[in-house]
Amino acid sequence: MADTTLKSVGGFLARQGILVAFAVFMIGFALANERFVDIDNILGVIRSSAILGVMALGVTFVVISGNLDLSVGSMMSFSTIVVLDLHDKIGPELAIPAMFGMTLALGALIGFLVGYLRLNSLIVTLGMLSAIHGLTLTYSGGKNMDIDDKQGTWFGFFGQDEVLGMPVPILIFVLLAAVLTMLLAKTPFGRKVYAVGGNGVAATFSGIPRARTVFFCYIISSFCVATAGLIQASRSLGSQNTVGQGLELEVLAAVILGGASLLGGSGTVIKTVIGVLILGFIQNGLLLIGLEFYFQYVVTWAIIILAVWLDIAVKRGHLWSPIA
Amino acid sequence: MSTEQIPALRLENIVKTFPGVRALDGVSFTVMPGEVHALMGENGAGKSTLMKVLGGIHQPNEGQIFIEEQPTVMNSPLDAKAKGVVFIHQELSLADELPVAENVYLGELPRKSFGRVDWSKLHADTDEILKRLNVGFGPKDLVGDLSIANKQMVEIARALTVDAKAVIFDEPTASLTDAEKSVLFEVIEDLKSRGVGIVYISHRMEEIFRISDRVSVLRDGQYRGTLETADTNEDEVTQLMIGRSLDLSRNVQHGELGAVALEVRNLSCGNLYQDISFQVREGEVVGFYGLVGAGRTEIAETLFGLRDPTAGTILLDGKETTIHSPIDAIGAGISLVPEDRKGQGLVLGMNCRDNMTLPQVDDMTAGPFVSDGAEVAIFDQYRDKLEIKTPGWKQLVGNLSGGNQQKIVIGKWLSMHPRVLIVDEPTRGIDVGSKSEIHKLIRELAGQGYAVIVISSEMPEVLHVSDRIIAMFHGRITRTFTSDEVTEDNLVQAISGITPEQGAA
Repeated sequence: MADTTLKSVGGFLARQGILVAFAVFMIGFALANERFVDIDNILGVIRSSAILGVMALGVTFVVISGNLDLSVGSMMSFSTIVVLDLHDKIGPELAIPAMFGMTLALGALIGFLVGYLRLNSLIVTLGMLSAIHGLTLTYSGGKNMDIDDKQGTWFGFFGQDEVLGMPVPILIFVLLAAVLTMLLAKTPFGRKVYAVGGNGVAATFSGIPRARTVFFCYIISSFCVATAGLIQASRSLGSQNTVGQGLELEVLAAVILGGASLLGGSGTVIKTVIGVLILGFIQNGLLLIGLEFYFQYVVTWAIIILAVWLDIAVKRGHLWSPIA
Repeated sequence: MSTEQIPALRLENIVKTFPGVRALDGVSFTVMPGEVHALMGENGAGKSTLMKVLGGIHQPNEGQIFIEEQPTVMNSPLDAKAKGVVFIHQELSLADELPVAENVYLGELPRKSFGRVDWSKLHADTDEILKRLNVGFGPKDLVGDLSIANKQMVEIARALTVDAKAVIFDEPTASLTDAEKSVLFEVIEDLKSRGVGIVYISHRMEEIFRISDRVSVLRDGQYRGTLETADTNEDEVTQLMIGRSLDLSRNVQHGELGAVALEVRNLSCGNLYQDISFQVREGEVVGFYGLVGAGRTEIAETLFGLRDPTAGTILLDGKETTIHSPIDAIGAGISLVPEDRKGQGLVLGMNCRDNMTLPQVDDMTAGPFVSDGAEVAIFDQYRDKLEIKTPGWKQLVGNLSGGNQQKIVIGKWLSMHPRVLIVDEPTRGIDVGSKSEIHKLIRELAGQGYAVIVISSEMPEVLHVSDRIIAMFHGRITRTFTSDEVTEDNLVQAISGITPEQGAA
């Protein structure tokens, strides 16, 4: 029966589904265009995925805790604009910590609203998406931001330099992923994030501080956003004030592709990294086979919906729900 | 009706396997028209899998379903309904926002031309069905405003929209009061008299003996036999279910009582409960008994910091203690095994070990990281002590049986070495065999010097495990019994608000 076949294949796919899909895409693109497997191309993809990836690491915590963060895109624009503006005013040494402080304050506000006041995270972060966008435009007076003396600053280090032959954005991404993996998988805090997202009531009944746990997930998310803003600002030493627009959905896509449940309680940092890479390589592959850039949006989301569908189909052993 | 009746529903040799599990191992089952056939078995015996096969949610690997002796394949619950097999579910599947009539005909609203809903026919048809059921609500009432019992009537009304050959009731009385149960049983009698075959799934023996004609028992996915209800008794059925007989006699062994561990003085919480005072000693099990809404669970929630009292004091080991959160309570040595195991007690998607160590995860560290070894050591210790049956600590708690899940929750708190252990509905939804294990465990814990509070809606359970019983009615303690003076009669009086004088008069 079709169901039985789906289940035996599904048993393997359920465990390795996302990697299998990844491999299939990679082989397909490699056959279509050999430049796809060129080492420069691969490093280029990882490098350009690093900003999205760093943001996705933080959102992973929020999603596992059972919440959403749709504010990361406009928050990243804010961080980028602020750090560029302050660079010329107080110098990079002070601009960077000042920008981190302001971004973390935004994260703390969201964390307070969602964690302690128990407001719906979709509403809060959707509102913050818009509010922070307005804040950025107000701050920048609606203008784009540029560093005056682009030759005379070391600020390009985070976005442009290489260390030991590795681009710095990739190093930051890898380092942050390693630290956050340990935090999520190995520490008491990480365990609490899973518990709060898996069953918030049971977590409360076990003496887990639910509000504080959610609060810190948003702090982590905003820290990652600040880091992404730093890389973005450093890469071009100037920026439009809408640079992060739309990234919140791509970030969410990467986290979902990695297999985290939007209901909370499941997902890992490593899976999110894989989700980020899949997204990056698919978009790169589509460009290389000559698909028009704008059409990527359509294909990317088609792939994400397909992935979510397969994931659910494998879990329930049917391609569609017999109950619905 | 001919004397040579053909079965309304027959399952023949049904086999259903899941990876690694033979959930149903050649189960056969026959329901005659006009018969109430009870299906019993412990949790995990295969009842729900059998019903899912019957409802078309699972397809059997082997075996055949017959409706009135016609071989039938069920493709989905809707398909099963169209073929005359209707389910009344434990968890109600109604749309609260819609009126009764639209729920009754959900997905099958009568139509006029151009796909327009034929409202007058809808209401007339629904009204006719509701009259048959003799209920006190109408087609246009909103389902969300109905009581649980009445919602169940809406589900039953749904079943009557088709020419049902067989109706399956899955734990229908779980949230009904006695009066509502009687109404339900009348409806079942009515269905019976119309020649419908009834499958009745329940854990409650008294109900089975009250309404069923035959009882079939499943154990470990296998068919264990069918008994004529009139010719059998609880013992025989229980033995079939668990393979041994069960002792639910009154508890006799009393341990040595120690110092007063917990004392509550004049505790009140708004209109939920008032002026509650009692003591619990080391080594003592105090049972709280009363109807739902009498305030028992609310007292437990207050002691565990989930609900602030409006007046009164809580003393632990003679010292006044303020408790505003579960964290305070746990710190003071009070633990709560909550009434809703799956909703409040466990993170079902987490493994057994992580659930058990959750409250103390902050203390289980080596450097900044959680120590695997320390956690596994705790888990192993309490798995052995409580005899938890699980393939290993990595098993997701959601995959365990109800009894083993409850032991994980109990182990979670025992490993914290509390002073006071509150157990709210210790055996709700747990099968008979595990029930007695949990009861034994509660007695053992008292024997080890824990002060234990047991809250239960089941009188045999309270009588069985408690040293003293506190009866509650409308938020007040009406009487405290020692186990010597309590009888079923005076306990029932106490929870119904009848004072001994009134009872005598």
